[in-house]
Amino acid sequence: MITPQRRPRLAVHKFSSCDGCQLAFLNLGEPLLDLAERVDILHFAEAGPVDEAAEVDIAFIEGSVATSEDAARLRGIRERSHYVVTIGACATAGGLQALRNLNDGAAWIEGLYARPEHIDLLADSTPIAKTIKVDLELWGCPVNGEQVLGATQALLAGHLPRVDHSAVCTECKRQQTVCVMVARGTPCLGPVTSTGCGALCPQLQRDCYACYGPAVQANVSALTTYLADTGMPADEIARRLLFINNQAEPFQTAGREWQARVIQRSGGEETS
Amino acid sequence: MKVQRFLPRDRFPSLLDRLSEAGYDILGPQVRDHAIVFDTLASVDQLPLGITDEQAPGHYRLSASSSGRYFDWATGPQALKPLTFVPREPLWTSETRDDGTLVFRESPPEARPTAVIGVRACDLAALAIHDRHFLHGAVPDPHYRARRESLFLIAVNCSRSADTCFCIATGDGPRVRYGHDLALSELDDGFVVEAHTGRGRDLLDSLATTEVTLDQLQAAEAGSAQAADQQHRRLPAGSLPDQLQAAVAHPHWQDLNDRCLTCGNCTSVCPTCFCQTHVDERSLDGREAHHARQWETCFNPDHSYIHGVTIRAERPQRYRQWLTHKFGTWVEQFGRSGCVGCGRCITWCPVGIDVTEELAALCQAPDTAPGQAPDTAPGPVSGAAPDRQEPGDD
Repeated sequence: MITPQRRPRLAVHKFSSCDGCQLAFLNLGEPLLDLAERVDILHFAEAGPVDEAAEVDIAFIEGSVATSEDAARLRGIRERSHYVVTIGACATAGGLQALRNLNDGAAWIEGLYARPEHIDLLADSTPIAKTIKVDLELWGCPVNGEQVLGATQALLAGHLPRVDHSAVCTECKRQQTVCVMVARGTPCLGPVTSTGCGALCPQLQRDCYACYGPAVQANVSALTTYLADTGMPADEIARRLLFINNQAEPFQTAGREWQARVIQRSGGEETS
Repeated sequence: MKVQRFLPRDRFPSLLDRLSEAGYDILGPQVRDHAIVFDTLASVDQLPLGITDEQAPGHYRLSASSSGRYFDWATGPQALKPLTFVPREPLWTSETRDDGTLVFRESPPEARPTAVIGVRACDLAALAIHDRHFLHGAVPDPHYRARRESLFLIAVNCSRSADTCFCIATGDGPRVRYGHDLALSELDDGFVVEAHTGRGRDLLDSLATTEVTLDQLQAAEAGSAQAADQQHRRLPAGSLPDQLQAAVAHPHWQDLNDRCLTCGNCTSVCPTCFCQTHVDERSLDGREAHHARQWETCFNPDHSYIHGVTIRAERPQRYRQWLTHKFGTWVEQFGRSGCVGCGRCITWCPVGIDVTEELAALCQAPDTAPGQAPDTAPGPVSGAAPDRQEPGDD
C-alpha cells in the first residue's frame, strides 16, 4: 500500500519507443485530470513535467532498452520507484525495434547511417524486465488508457490489477463482433492473442495482429498449422508471429520455426 | 386447439405494425458485417430477403438465393443468448460514505418489451435450458428474469438446414414445438402463422389473415421435412454421459490439443453456455466500485482458478471439461444434454473443430479411433481426475 501521508507520486519514463503509449495515457482526457488531482505527476515529458530523478510511488515505463545508457538510466529509476509498471509492447516485449535481434543489426546500421561509428546500440533491444525487476507488465501497441488507469487505481488501492488472460476472441464475442476469420476468411491472430484492447481491430472488420501479445497458453502451433493448411505461405506466417511482439514466447520460437522452413525451402530442401 | 392462419406476403409488414402498436421494440435478423445478426428492426425491408447462408466447419458465408424469402438461412452467430444473458452488465455499485459506512445499490436491468422475429427451434430449446438454470434454480436471477419476461417470441420453422445443423440428432428441431408466442412457416406467397400462447393468439387475431389451406399446411410440412433431410451430422448412439465418462483418459484428448485453440469461440456462440465472471471497477479515489458480470469461457485457465490453484491448468483438460460437461454431466445436472444441435460451435470454431466428429472418435475404443497409435498414445491427462467433476460444476 502506498503511504497515505502524502499524495502519491507518478512518473512516466520513455525509452526506445514511438511515444504512442504516452499518448494513450494523455488521450484519457477527463480521467487524466481526475488523476492529476489525486496524484503528483512529477515526470511525464510528453505531457510537460520533467524531473527524471524524482522518487516516485509508481513509475510507468514506455520503450525498450536499446543502448547501454538506457540500461544505466533504467537501474536508477528502479532504485527511486516503489512500483515499476511497463506500458506497451516495447517495454514489455522489446517492441518492433527488437526485430533487429533476429537479424544482423550491425549490418543495418552500416547500411543506413553515413557515420555508423556514432551509433551506440546494444546488440539486442530488450524488454525492461531483462534489466530490472518489473512489478506489472501492461501489453499493447499502444496500451489503452483505460488499462493504465485501471492499473493506477489498483496500485493506489494497494493491490495488483486483475488481468484478463482470455484470448481476443472472448472479448470479440462479448462485443458481438462477427468473426472475420470465419465470416470473411481473413486470417486473424485473435485466438492466440491476449485481450485487453477491447477487440478493437475485429470491431472494425480487421484481423487481429497480436499487438497485445500472446494469450496464456496460446496454441500457436494449432493456429499456424491451420493457416498453412488453408493456404498461408510459411514466410507470411513467420512475419505475422515475428512482428510487434517478436520477442514474446511462444511467438518467437514458433516464428523462427516457420522462418526456418522458408530458408530450407529456398535452399532447395523440401519440408513438409 | 392449434390456431393456424395464413398471412399473405404483402401483409407481412402489418405484423411489425401490430407489434409496434402493442408497445414492443422489435428485433430481427439482418445482414451486418457479412453475417445475419439480430438487431433493431424498423421495417421488413431490413430483413435478409433472398439471402442464404453457407456453413461448414470454420466457415460462414452469405450469398444470394433465388427463393425470394426472408428466412432462407439457418442460423447466425447469435440469437437469443445476448438478449437474456447479456455479454456484460452492471450488477451493483458500492460507495463508501463520509462516516466510513458502505452503501450498496443494485443496478436494475433495463428491459423493455421486446419482440424477436426469426428465432429457430434450436434457439428456443436453448432458451428453455437457460430458463431452467437462471429461473428455476434455488436462486432465480433477477436480471435474466426481467429480460426474459420482456420477450415476445416469433419463431420460424426452418425449411433448410446448414451443413453444420444437427438438431434432428438432439431432438430439438427443425420444427418449433415450444417456447414461442407465434411460429411462422414461410412459403413463397406468405406465411402459415401458428399461435402458441394467448397473447400470440391476440396478435394473430389482429392481423388480416386468411384461412389456411391444406396445400399450405402440406407445403409448410414439406419445408420442415426438407430441413430434416438435409442434416447429415449425427451424435454417437448410446449414452453419451456413460461413454464420455469411460473416455476420460482417451488419447483423443491429446489429438484435440494439437488442434484446439482454447480461444473460447465455441462457448461464446453456444446458446446454452452460461459461464460468467465478475469484475470490479473502482473510482480513482477508491470510494465507489462498480461490479459487473461478463461472459466467461471454461477455456480460460482463470475460470478454474480457486484458492491459488488453477484446477484445469492444461489445455486438454479444458477442452475435455467443455465436451464432457455439455454432453455428459449436463444430463445429470439439468436432465438433458446441453447441446441443441444448432452447430454454431462447428461453424464459428476458427479452425473448424466439429464436436460431432470429436464425440464419434471419443466414443470409439482408442485402438479403433482413427489416427491413433495406442502404443504411443499419451496417458491420462494429469490433474483433473474424473471423480472430481461434480454435477454442479459448470
